[in-house]
This record gives sequence, C-alpha cells and structure tokens, in this order.
Amino acid sequence: MSLFFIVALPFLGALLPGLMNSAGRSATAGVTFTVTLAAFVGLLTNLPAVLAGNVVMARVDWMPLLGLNFSLMLDGLGFFFALLILGIGLLIIAYARHYLSRDDNMGQFFTYLLLFQGAMVGIVMSDNILLLLVFWELTSLSSFLLIGYWKHLPEGRQGARMALTVTGMGGLAMIGGMLMLGQIVGSYDLSVILQNRELIQADPLYVPALVLILLGAFTKSAQFPFHFWLPHAMAAPTPVSAYLHSATMVKAGIFLMARMWPVLSGTPEWFMIVTTAGLITMVLGAVIALFKHDLKALLAFSTVSHLGLITMLLGTGTAFGAMAAVFHILNHATFKAALFMSAGIIDHEAHTRDIRRLGGLRRLMPITFVIASLAALSMAGIPLLNGFLSKEMMLEEAYHTVLFGSPLLVPVLATVGSLFSAAYCFRLIGHVFFGPVRDDYPAKPHDPNTGLWLPPALLVVLVVAIGVAPFLAEPFVKLVTASVLGDAAAVPTAYFKIWHGLVPALYMSLIAIAGGLLMLALFKPALFVWDKAPRPEAKVIFEAIVEAVAKLARAVIHATHNGAFSRYAAIALVVMVAVGYHAWSTGTVGPDTRTVQYAPPVFIAAWLMLATATAGLVILHRNRLLSLILIGIVGLMVSIGFVFFSAPDLAMTQFTVEVVTIILLLLALNFLPKTTPVESTVLRRVRDTGVAVLGGLATFALSFHYLLRDAVSTPISEFHLANSYKGGGGTNVVNVILVDFRGFDTYGEIIVLGIAALLIYAMTETLLDGPVRARLLNRKPDQARSGNKHPMMMVVLTRVIMPVVLMVGFYIFLRGHNEPGGGFIAGLIVSIGVVMQYMASGFGWASARLRYPYHGVIGAGVLIAGLTGIGSWFFGKPFLTSDFTYVRIPPFEKFELATAALFDLGVFLAVVGAVMLSLESFSRLARLAGYHDSDEPMDIDPLRDDTIAAGHAAAEKKGV
Amino acid sequence: MEFLVASAIGILTAGGIYLTLRLRTFPVILGVSLLTYAVNVFLFASGRLTVGAPPILQDGVSTYTDPLPQALVLTAIVISFGMTAVVVMIGLGAFLGSDDDHVDDQPQTDEDRSEGAS
Repeated sequence: MSLFFIVALPFLGALLPGLMNSAGRSATAGVTFTVTLAAFVGLLTNLPAVLAGNVVMARVDWMPLLGLNFSLMLDGLGFFFALLILGIGLLIIAYARHYLSRDDNMGQFFTYLLLFQGAMVGIVMSDNILLLLVFWELTSLSSFLLIGYWKHLPEGRQGARMALTVTGMGGLAMIGGMLMLGQIVGSYDLSVILQNRELIQADPLYVPALVLILLGAFTKSAQFPFHFWLPHAMAAPTPVSAYLHSATMVKAGIFLMARMWPVLSGTPEWFMIVTTAGLITMVLGAVIALFKHDLKALLAFSTVSHLGLITMLLGTGTAFGAMAAVFHILNHATFKAALFMSAGIIDHEAHTRDIRRLGGLRRLMPITFVIASLAALSMAGIPLLNGFLSKEMMLEEAYHTVLFGSPLLVPVLATVGSLFSAAYCFRLIGHVFFGPVRDDYPAKPHDPNTGLWLPPALLVVLVVAIGVAPFLAEPFVKLVTASVLGDAAAVPTAYFKIWHGLVPALYMSLIAIAGGLLMLALFKPALFVWDKAPRPEAKVIFEAIVEAVAKLARAVIHATHNGAFSRYAAIALVVMVAVGYHAWSTGTVGPDTRTVQYAPPVFIAAWLMLATATAGLVILHRNRLLSLILIGIVGLMVSIGFVFFSAPDLAMTQFTVEVVTIILLLLALNFLPKTTPVESTVLRRVRDTGVAVLGGLATFALSFHYLLRDAVSTPISEFHLANSYKGGGGTNVVNVILVDFRGFDTYGEIIVLGIAALLIYAMTETLLDGPVRARLLNRKPDQARSGNKHPMMMVVLTRVIMPVVLMVGFYIFLRGHNEPGGGFIAGLIVSIGVVMQYMASGFGWASARLRYPYHGVIGAGVLIAGLTGIGSWFFGKPFLTSDFTYVRIPPFEKFELATAALFDLGVFLAVVGAVMLSLESFSRLARLAGYHDSDEPMDIDPLRDDTIAAGHAAAEKKGV
Repeated sequence: MEFLVASAIGILTAGGIYLTLRLRTFPVILGVSLLTYAVNVFLFASGRLTVGAPPILQDGVSTYTDPLPQALVLTAIVISFGMTAVVVMIGLGAFLGSDDDHVDDQPQTDEDRSEGAS
C-alpha cells in the first residue's frame, strides 16, 4: 500500500467513529479497529521491501519554494515505530471498547485516538522535517484532547493543559532547531540531512540547533527537568495512558533522537547533554516511582525512568548503545502497555488504584495476576523475560561509559536506577497481588471478561517469547539498528543471548535484584524517611510560573489596551504617517514623467460636489439621516469618476453597491439614535482635525506624486491585454481577469463575502435569542409610523419593474465577458430588484414567497464556482483553467460558450445570496420590534372585498 | 486633472479620519466608508488616469487603460460592502444589547459598580 494511504487512513477514519456513535459502542469500536487494521495491513505489505533493506519513498510537492514537501519514507526505524503504533493501537482499541463506560462518548474518544494515531504515524514516516514538525504539533494537540478526555475531572483538564504547555513549548523550540538544521544543509529532506554529518557538526549553528531539537525531544519524552507533565497526564482514561505512555507519544522524542542520531550524535555536546539528562531521569524516576501509592502514578514514573534509560543509551553515541536502545524501546512498549492495561483492569474491577487499599488479589484475579506479574518481572529485569535482555545490554554499555572523567559514575548510577526499578516492580507485585485477601475493597474484585484481559495477555506472550528466544527478535532489531545508524557506524555483531558468562553486567544485575528485594523488605522505614524529606512539587512550581506569566501579560495589556478605540486609531494613524514620512525623506523621488492632463468643466463640477459633500458630511455628521444622503452623493461622484476614467465595470459596481449600502445603513439607523450628541471637548476636536489634515495631506502628496510618474518597472497588465482574447476568449479584460487570470482570487473573495453574510446571520440569530429579544419586543418606535406602510403605487411599480430588472441582470451577466458587466454587477442588480419587493410589500409577504434560503444560494454559488474549477482537473489542467469554444445553433448568430461563464454564475449566486442574507438579517430584527406586517402585498388593495372601501361600496349598493 | 484626483483622495481621507475618530458607532462607520472610497480610488489610480480608453478590446484600437487595478478594485468594492455590513451589525448588536453606541469602553460609573458588587 502506498505510504500516503497508511498516513491518511487514520485521519480519514477519524470521521467515522463520530458518525457511528448512534450505531452502538461495538460498531464504533469496530469501525475504528477496521481502519487501524487496514493501515496495519498496508504497513505490512511494505515489509518485504524494508526487509530487503530498501527505503520506500512517496512524494508529492506541497510548497517546493519553501522546501516543504509531502514526502514520506519508510525504512527500518520508521517501520519499527509504525508497527508499534498501529499494532499496540489495535490492542488498545479492543481494550478501550470494554474499558469505557456507557457514560463516555465513545465516538469522540475514538476520533481523538485516530487523529493521534495518524499524527504519530506521520511523524515516523516523514521524510521532510517541516512535515515532521506539522505532525509533531498534531500529536501535541491530539494528545491534549485525549488526556483531557474526561472533561468533567479538573485533574484531567489540568493535566492536559500542562502536557500541551510543556510539549507545545518544546515543539516551538524544535521548530527553531529544525529550521537551523535545514539552513545548514540547504534542504529540509531528512534523506539529504542524514547524509551530511560532517557538514552539520562543523557548523557554528550545530550547538544551538542541537539544544533546540533536544528541547523538543526532551519535553516530549519527559526527560528531566521536563518529566513532571507525564504523571499528571495520568488523569486520562487508562487506554490513553497505555497508548501514549508505552508506545507512542513519549516515544516520539526518543524516535527523533534515534532518527537524528547519525548526524547529531557522537560529539561531546551530544554525549554530555543526552547521557546526563537520561541518567538523571532514570534514577529520579525510579526513586519517585517506588514511593507512589497510585498504581498509574507508579507506572508513570517508571515510564519516565525507562525513557531516561533509553535516552542515556542513545546519548552514549556508540553503535552498541543504539542497538540496546532500539531493543529496549521494543521491550518497554510490550511490558509497559501490558502493565498499564492491567492497572486499568484493577481500577475497573476493584474501583481503586491505591496500592495501600489493595493486596491479596492473587486469589481473586488469577489471570490479571499472571499477566501483570510477568510484565512487572520483565520490567524488573528477571531472566527469561525480555526486559532482562535489554537491561543487561544497558548495564554492559553503562559499564564502558565514562562521564565527566569518572569511569564509576555511570555504572553506579545505572545500577542504582536498576535497583529502584526492581524494587518498585517487586512492590507492585507484592503489595497488590500478595498478602492476605482483604474484605474492604471498594468493590469486589474478580477477573474481567476476555475483552479486557486478552490484549495485555497477547503482549505478555511477546514478553515471554522474546525473553526465552531472543534470537527471534535479533534480526529485526539489527535491521532497525542499521537504519538508526545510517552510514555513521556499522551494526554491532554481538548476539542476543540470555547467558553471557560472568560479565560485569551480570553482577550489576544481581546487585540490582538483590537490592530491590531488600528495598521491599525495608519499604516501611524507607517510606517514612521519604515522606519526611522535603521535595519540590512540580505542579505547584508550574502553576506559579503560569500565574506569573499571566499576570505580566495582564499588566502589559491593561496598560496599553484601555478599550478606547479612538485612541488606538489616532495612534495608529500618526504612526502610519510618520513611517510614510520616513520612507519619503530617505528614498529618492524621480522626476515627473507624465504631464498634467486637462480637466474639463464637468469634471471640475463633479470634484466640487465631492469636496462639498465630504465637507458637509464632516460638519453635519450629527444629523445622521442627512449624513447618509451626503455620503450617497460622495459615492455617486466616485462612480462618475470611474466612468470618466475608462472604468465602466467599476462604475456599475460602485453604483449598485452604493444602493445596497444605503439601504443597509437605513435599516440600521431605524434602531440607532437619529442624532449624534456633542460630547468631545474642543481640544479633542482640534486634535482630531490635526490628525485628519495630516493624513489627508499625506495621501494627497503620495497620490499626486504617484500620478505624475510612470511605474518603475513594466506593469504586468500588458500580458493581460495581450492574452485576454487569445487565452480567455473575452474582450472585457477586467472580467477576464476576474473569472480567468485571477479566478482563484475571485473564488476566495466570494467565499469571504459568503462568510461575512453568514456572520451577520449568526449574529442576528444570537441577538434574537438573547436578552436583546425582550428589548426588541418592548421597543416603542421613536418616530411616527407611516399610515400606509405598503403604498399601492410602490407595490405596483416594483412588481412591474421586477421582470425588467431580472432581464437587465441577465443581460449584464451574459455580456460580461465581452462588454462591461459580469457576475458581480448582475448579482447586485438582481439583489436590488428583490430588495425592492421587500421594501414594497414587507418582510412577511416577501419571505413567504422565498423558495430558496439565501444560505443555500451562497453555498450553491461557491459550489458551482468550485466545481467549475475542479472540472479542469479531469483534463489534467490546474484548478480553474478555463476553456471556451464558439458554437452556432441556427438561426442564431455564432456565440461563445466558456467555462468562465459557469464560474461567473457561481460569483453571481454568491453575491445575490450574500447581499440578500445581510439585508434580510437586519429586517428580521425590525420585524421582531413590532413592525408586524400582514401577509398581504399592500395595506389598501382595491381587489380585496374586506377593505373598508369595498365595504362602503357594498353598503351603498344595498341602500340604493 | 491629476491634482483634482489626488486632492479628492486627500479630502476623502481627511474626512474619513476625522469621522473615524468620533465617539459613536454611526459616524465611525461613515468614516470607514469614506476611507474605503479613498483607498479604492487610490488603488484605481495606481493604473494612472486615462480618459476614453476602457479595457474592452476592439479591432483597430491599441491604447487601453490598465485593467488590473480595475479588476482588483472591483472585488474590493464588493468585499467592502460585506465588511461594512458586518461592522454595522456589530455596532447595532452592541447598541441593542447595552443601549449605548459609544465605540470606546465607558469608565465605570458608581451605579455600575454597586450593581456588580451586589
């Protein structure tokens, strides 16, 4: 299966669980399982190629100029991780089906899980580091949703927030590091980067890049000092913990270190940072884990500790260390997932995870006992289980590692870590399963049904199989190691076996196991000491930092944003003028290249009207109705200006937009006060006048200089003029640009217009539902109402004119490609025609005759335009490539058929829908506010016999 | 003629700025509309001023005005209607909700405070 499908399947599949929710819990889980299984099988189809040592690639250019390509690769390492993610994912899905209760929204859970799964698979298969970053951030986001799945629990929300903050910040740091890496190499493709070890390590940016990338990896993999988020993420449902903290999320950081190992490792900086962090994390995690009473907290800290162990192994920079790391990743994933699931079973059956309240479960839950004990013993490093093998390799590697010049430091700390590790494993078995059966469990524990114990049991089979017969795993681990190492080192020849002879690692192992048993015996006094010892509480520190940052942000915002819009506007305007002045005074102004043209008297008259209307508007703006009339004059003069300067399309658009804008403002003015009171001080008005004059002078100077000079380089319009007819099949160049050359822009613009209209609709809905509703219903009109709201003259006139308007709209639309006109203008004209019906006969009458809702019209328009664009794909052309032909149907003249006309139809519909939806929304407010109109077209209708006039006539007749 | 167009842009801008700095929503909306005119004309003028040469291709005619700014301004005019409508709706909603059409946050009066405290 193509790599694209493997990555895309979980994302596409994420749509399904939500849809299947109503079909029942098994169906929801089943569809999730099927999707994952399909991806898993797809992955396995690539196994032969990977085993043959090939790297499977798939690539689609996304933004090649930025170096961002959707390129995927699958080598041994990627395959290994994808196998863990999908394989353990399958078990988790089966487990979660039985774990989640009826109150949990299962569709939501599996949707999050699939999103997360897809993001993880994306990380391990990315060949492009920018793409990898995208998936990396997606895991942070989707894990946030998963950890906070139980939204009603404050711990869940806090844990999710903490995980997102820590891993998100690490992600930001990593973006910086990856960009540096890309800059050094000159490519963002991993396959290229991995070939350039010397180049990268010799670069001065190597250390900053390394530190930033490691910040990302350490935060994700919970390495000291960022380990604190992981235990708090345990508030998630257990399937999530089992998935995120055994095989996936926290392994992403490890994966990244392994992936970058060939180019980043082997330097003193790498060794110091990674080994030290790993070592501290390993010991610290193990010590804390021993004293945790919550089963999941114990496992969480043990995960922290084991991640530290793997990190330390990768830090040593030797091939043997890398191989041990790979092997331990596999082993840890198996036994830790099994342990988490067992903890979930105990929680599920006994209703508590507190070790102090458990004990004696060996007799009550024999199956769980076997599963959990085998997994825990493997984690403790007991022979014949897989944990022993990789732990031996770790101790062997530690024995040869010299840190800070001391040959003892690493071996001793590794042994101490292993000792505590063994101790908490023994405690888990001893305190939970052994001891007397109690009679005070919160619920009577018993073994769960097969659905819950089978998934961990399968994992434990692996634990034992690898432990007894390590040669089974050896070829695969070596294959993965080979792809970790790349060209940097050869795969070690050492064999995996249980008995290596009396080597130092064995003695260290024995010390650890014996010490672990001793610790368990001394647990009570040790716990006493631990409880008395002062410890920093990570959560408190984290929250104090967050609080301090929030306080700082609040202080800055409150000082600068006092809610006075006019202040912001004034400051922004002065700054703009100042920046413009700076550009003006530092740049060079060329000589005039154009001559001033003669202005005919008509033009001067228009200018005078515009200037007078604007001045009048400013002076008389307190009378709001008058100011509307004045701004209408300004708009009209602008339209006339467009006519004058050879822009007929613009003139028509401006003219029609002017009409609908004024109607819109009138509808709003219906509710707003009719006058603006005098409030601002004289000083303030003088200040505002100053700012306004300054801005006006600046734009005047800019435009005047602009108009007298030719463009500094040749405008691209020549191309449009030359190709409009040849390529676009139309003689109206403006329209051809809109629907063809820059059709994609237009497509975006009609979408924006549609969104604006929907926004207005949404706001109206909110207003009509909220407290405003009551205000509107109680509102008394502030002006006298007309006695005849729907005058007959107007009704008749608008009805007669309607077909004419539609005809004109149709004509303007059709001729748009070759003459001034087109979809935008036609849409506006038709809207005006429809609005007139509303005005004449009222909202109720008009909307009762409305057959298609305006949202639908907007949607249809965008859809038609989009489908026209997609149509060109079927001919192997890019989106929105247009085509046209000339046909002749007798007896008509030859005429043109262009796909651009179809696109223009989309524009037309979107404009009609958007304009009408906006105006209609305003009218709905008015309708609520007591302007109840009848369903009749007009108030006084001579045709109706129930009118007073008709009544009189009838009476008179009788009288006679 | 260039002087007249440039001064028209300047006048529209100055009027627009002055009204934008007013305290109530309605004049601010009118001010923004004036600024919209100014910006549209300015963008249009970037194709320079040509009289009597509309960009409609005809046989035998070789001078046309620059069509590109026209196409861009055409959509800008339509979009500006959409944006005006949204702003008007926001202003109207705020007024209906609070019976107050100031654009600036009003300093809390004693009455408000006592309401908030109770």
